[in-house]
Amino acid sequence: MASTALTAPARSDWFREKILLGMDLRTYLRSLATPLNALAAVLIGLGFTVLVYRFAAGLASATNLSQAQPWGLWIGFDMMSGIVLAAGGFTLGSAVHLFGMHEYHPIVRPAILTAFLGYVLAVVGLMADLGKPWNFFNMMLTPGSTSALFEVACCVLMYTTVLLLEFLVPVFEWLGWRKVHARLEQAMLALTVLSVVFSTMHQSALGSLFLIAPAKLHPLWYSPYIFIFFFISAICAGISMVIVEGSLTHRIFQHRITGAHADMNKLQLGLGKAGAIVLFAYFFLKLQGVAEGEHWDLLLTGWGAWFLLETVGFVLVPSLLYGYGARYKRVKFVRAGAVLTVIGIVLNRLNVSVIAYNWDKPTHYVPSWMEVSVSIGLVTLGVVAFRWIANRMPIMSEDPNFAGSEF
Amino acid sequence: MKLSRRGFLQVAGIAGTAAAGLGASTARASFHTSLDAKGENENAMLVDTTLCAGCRGCEAACAEANGLPAPASDEAVKGARRETAPEVFTVVNAFGPIGHDGDDRFAKRQCMHCLEPACASVCMVRALDKTPTGPVVYHGERCLGCRYCMVACPFEVPKYQYDKLAPLVRKCTFCPSRQAEGKKPACASVCPTGALTFGKRRALIELAKGRIYRNPEKYLHHVYGEHEAGGTDWLYISDVPFEQLGMKAVRDEPYPDKVQGALSAPPFVMTLWPPLLMGLYAFSKRRDALNGNHHEPGGAAAEAKKEDRHG
Ligand code: SF4
Ligand code: SF4
Repeated sequence: MASTALTAPARSDWFREKILLGMDLRTYLRSLATPLNALAAVLIGLGFTVLVYRFAAGLASATNLSQAQPWGLWIGFDMMSGIVLAAGGFTLGSAVHLFGMHEYHPIVRPAILTAFLGYVLAVVGLMADLGKPWNFFNMMLTPGSTSALFEVACCVLMYTTVLLLEFLVPVFEWLGWRKVHARLEQAMLALTVLSVVFSTMHQSALGSLFLIAPAKLHPLWYSPYIFIFFFISAICAGISMVIVEGSLTHRIFQHRITGAHADMNKLQLGLGKAGAIVLFAYFFLKLQGVAEGEHWDLLLTGWGAWFLLETVGFVLVPSLLYGYGARYKRVKFVRAGAVLTVIGIVLNRLNVSVIAYNWDKPTHYVPSWMEVSVSIGLVTLGVVAFRWIANRMPIMSEDPNFAGSEF
Repeated sequence: MKLSRRGFLQVAGIAGTAAAGLGASTARASFHTSLDAKGENENAMLVDTTLCAGCRGCEAACAEANGLPAPASDEAVKGARRETAPEVFTVVNAFGPIGHDGDDRFAKRQCMHCLEPACASVCMVRALDKTPTGPVVYHGERCLGCRYCMVACPFEVPKYQYDKLAPLVRKCTFCPSRQAEGKKPACASVCPTGALTFGKRRALIELAKGRIYRNPEKYLHHVYGEHEAGGTDWLYISDVPFEQLGMKAVRDEPYPDKVQGALSAPPFVMTLWPPLLMGLYAFSKRRDALNGNHHEPGGAAAEAKKEDRHG
C-alpha cells in the first residue's frame, strides 16, 4: 500500500486523471450529457425504482409470478442467462492460460470483466427474486447439500470471488499498486484452474436444477442429460459472447487499444472454427436427446416447431455460419453466427426455466412490465459499468508500465 | 509466472478438501428414514374416496387447528375445482357424477408427505425436513424464499405467500404436534364417515389391500401413494380412476434420485479437474519452451507464426 501514500499528496490530480479522464469536473460532467447516457440513466433509474418498490410492496405487486409459475423472468433471464453469457470468462481464460493459446491473450481481460459483471448482476437479479434474501446466510448454518441450487449458489459465490480477483489485476495496474499486483499474478494460474472447476460445475448444475421436474418441463426440453446440454451450450455461449463482445468493444474502444493489439478478424475466425465444432456437437446432442426419449412425434406439434426454431434456427444455422465463415475467411459470417448463438442460448435458458415449464397449464406466465424493466435496467447497468471501467483501466490492453504481465 | 510444485499442490489441496466435504455431505443424500427403508413404521393416512361424503368437515378442522381462516361456505365452492393455497392447506373437491351409481365422488387434497420428498431434497437451507415419524415439516425462519420446492414437488403442493413482505411457503403439516401428543391429525379426528384412517403405514397398506381384495368388483387394484414418487404417507383407494379425481399420474421412482447422478459429479470434477488442467498447462508450457517462446506480450502474432511453421 506504499504507493497510496505516494499518490496521496497529489490527491486531486490523481482523481482528475484516473476518474475524470483528465478533464476538470465541469468538462467531465458536460461530456456525460449525451442522448445515450440519458437513455441509460432513465432505464437504470426505472429498474432501480421498481426494485425498491418490489421490496416495499412484495413480489405479488411487482411480478406476475403465481402458484403455478414460481420462477419467472428474474430467474429465467437475469440469473440463468446472466450466468451463461458470462461463460466467456472461463472459456477464454482456460484457452489462453491452460491450453497455451496465447494469441487470444489480448481478449482475455474484456472477457473476464464481462463475466464478473454478468455474475454480479445475476446475483442482484436472484436477490430481487428471493422472498427472504436476508436468510441467505442460512446456507451456511443449515446447508441443504442435496440441492442442485445449493451447488449453484456455492459455485456462483466462489466463482464470483475468483472473477473479482482476476479482475483486480487490471485494477491494481490502474492504481499502480505493484506489490499486490505481483502477488496476484502469482496466484493467477491457481485462479484459472479454480475458475474452470467452479464454472464447469455450476454451468451444468443450472441444468441439473430441472432434473427434479420431469413431468413439468416439456419432454422436448427435459432430459436426464440436461446438465450435459447446459455445460456444452455454456461453452458455445462463451465462445460466441467473446466474438460479439470483441466486435463491439473493438469498435467502441479503439482509442483505448494501444501497443500490441490483436488482429481481431483472425482471432474471430479461429474462435468461429471452435464454435462450429462445439455448436455442432451440441446440436447433435440435442437430437440425441429427442431420440433417446423417442419424442419424434412431438416435433410435429406447436411445441415441436418452437423446439425446432431453437435447435435448428439458433444452433444448427449458426454452426453452419461459423463453419462457412471460418473455412472461407468471411468474418461477417462468424459474427452473424455468434449473434444467433447468443440469442439461441438465452432462448434455451428461457424455454427450460420459464416458457416450456408447466407448458400444459391452462394459463401462461407473461412477465409484468416491472419485471421486464428490472431486467433491462440490470443489463444497461452492466453495459455502463463495462464502459466506465474500460475507459479507465487497462482492459483492452495491458498497462505498458506493467509490460511482461502474462495475464 | 512459474508453475511451482507448491502452487500445484495448493490448488490440488484446496480442491481435494472441498471435494471431500461435498462427498461427505452427498453421502447422506438419501431421504430414507432411519426406521426402515420403506417408511412402513411412519405415521400415515388412508383416504378411502368411496366413503367420503364431501361434508368438508376436515377442511374446517384443519383451518382451526392451523390457525387459518375458516373455509368458504358450501354454496361458494360448489362445482368449482379448488386448489390448496397459502391459507388453505386442504380442499375436498367434488367430481361427478362419475361413479357407477351415478353419484359424485370426492377427493381430499393436501401434501402427500412423501417418504423421499422432492421438496426437502431441493431446499438449500433445509427449511423443509422429513421427520422420522412421517410429517414433512417446514421451518419458515430458515427459508429464503427461492421457491425451488414448488418447482420440485410432483404433486404441486407447496404454495407461496407472494403478497407478504416476509413470505412463507405453506402446506399441510400433518399436524406433528397433535401426533406427538398421541392424537390424530385434525382432519381425521372429525371425519364422520371413516373415509380418513390414521395409523402406521404398513398397517394402512394392509387395510387398503384388504378392502380391495374383499371388494374386487368395487375398488381399483391400486393404492395411490404406495409407490407414487417412491411412496407417500398419504394413501388413497378409489372405485374410479385416480385421474378422474384430479390426481396426477406420478412416476414411481423417488424424485430425489433423479438428481443424484448429476449431483455426485462435483467431487469427481473437483478432484479430477485440477491435475488434468495442470497437466494441460505443463504440456502447453513445454510446447512453448520447445518453440523458444516466452510469451512476450505483443509476441502473439510472431508466436502464432511460429506455431504455424511447426504444424
Ligand atoms: S407432496 Fe410435495 S410438498 Fe408434500 S412432501 Fe411430497 S414433495 Fe413435499
Ligand atoms: S422456498 Fe424456502 S422451503 Fe422452499 S426450497 Fe426455497 S428455501 Fe426451501
